[in-house]
Amino acid sequence: MEIIGFILICLGILFNFFGCIGLIRLPDVYNRLQSSTKCVTLGTCSILLGVLFYTGIEGAGIRALIAIPLLFFGATVAAHALVKGAYIFGVKLGDKSVKDDYKDAEKS
Amino acid sequence: MKYIALFIIALLFWLLLTFNLSISNIVVGIVAAVATCILFGKHFAVTSFSKLLQPQRYFWFVVYLIIFIWECLKANFEVAYRVLHPAMPIKPGIVKIKIDLKTDIAKTTLANSITMTPGTITVDIIDEYIYVHWIYISTDNPEEYSQKVSGRFEKYIKKIFE
Repeated sequence: MEIIGFILICLGILFNFFGCIGLIRLPDVYNRLQSSTKCVTLGTCSILLGVLFYTGIEGAGIRALIAIPLLFFGATVAAHALVKGAYIFGVKLGDKSVKDDYKDAEKS
Repeated sequence: MKYIALFIIALLFWLLLTFNLSISNIVVGIVAAVATCILFGKHFAVTSFSKLLQPQRYFWFVVYLIIFIWECLKANFEVAYRVLHPAMPIKPGIVKIKIDLKTDIAKTTLANSITMTPGTITVDIIDEYIYVHWIYISTDNPEEYSQKVSGRFEKYIKKIFE
């Protein structure tokens, strides 16, 4: 059980690392949020699950399990709010962007 | 009815979170749950209780959860690949997708699921259209990409919430 927990924690750290690389490499705020919501959320969930396996069914493990859905809803709602806020504030889509349907919706 | 349901959920959550069954802890939990009910009860989203008692909805919820976790894992590998690739193969943009879900909670669940899956973030929901920022727009055909983004989840969410 402890070995499974250890592997999950290592995987989580690896995914968090990928998320941070994405945060630096990707061009604009929207793409950066993509990498930070997906990689970092799954990485942190993996670490929490690893804690559950590591400690077994005890106080800390159960708390880690409860933190997973909270993190999920928190991360998704926060990403949605940040993207919408950035758009309304007037941050332009990056140079590589090919399509913008939301522009028309804003006007009407 | 709404307030009682919220009270029970809040109390259960408290007991799991503290993981301690002493009398003083339970009393504090009851006080906290009552305060939560008074402050936030009117925002609690469940509107119909007959739906909560239908077992097939829970079955579809479990099916949906398995599909969702699988898609979520795929999303992570896809984004990690795009980030680590030296040339960064991205083609981002915002697309507009039509959904035919009615209730607010179903729309919220769909929006959250879309945010967690391959390269897509929900920007806004206006009436029956959902605006999605997509990291790699593979086709120009609206029907094809709505199938790709929301089609996988929409039918399950319809079975769970409507």
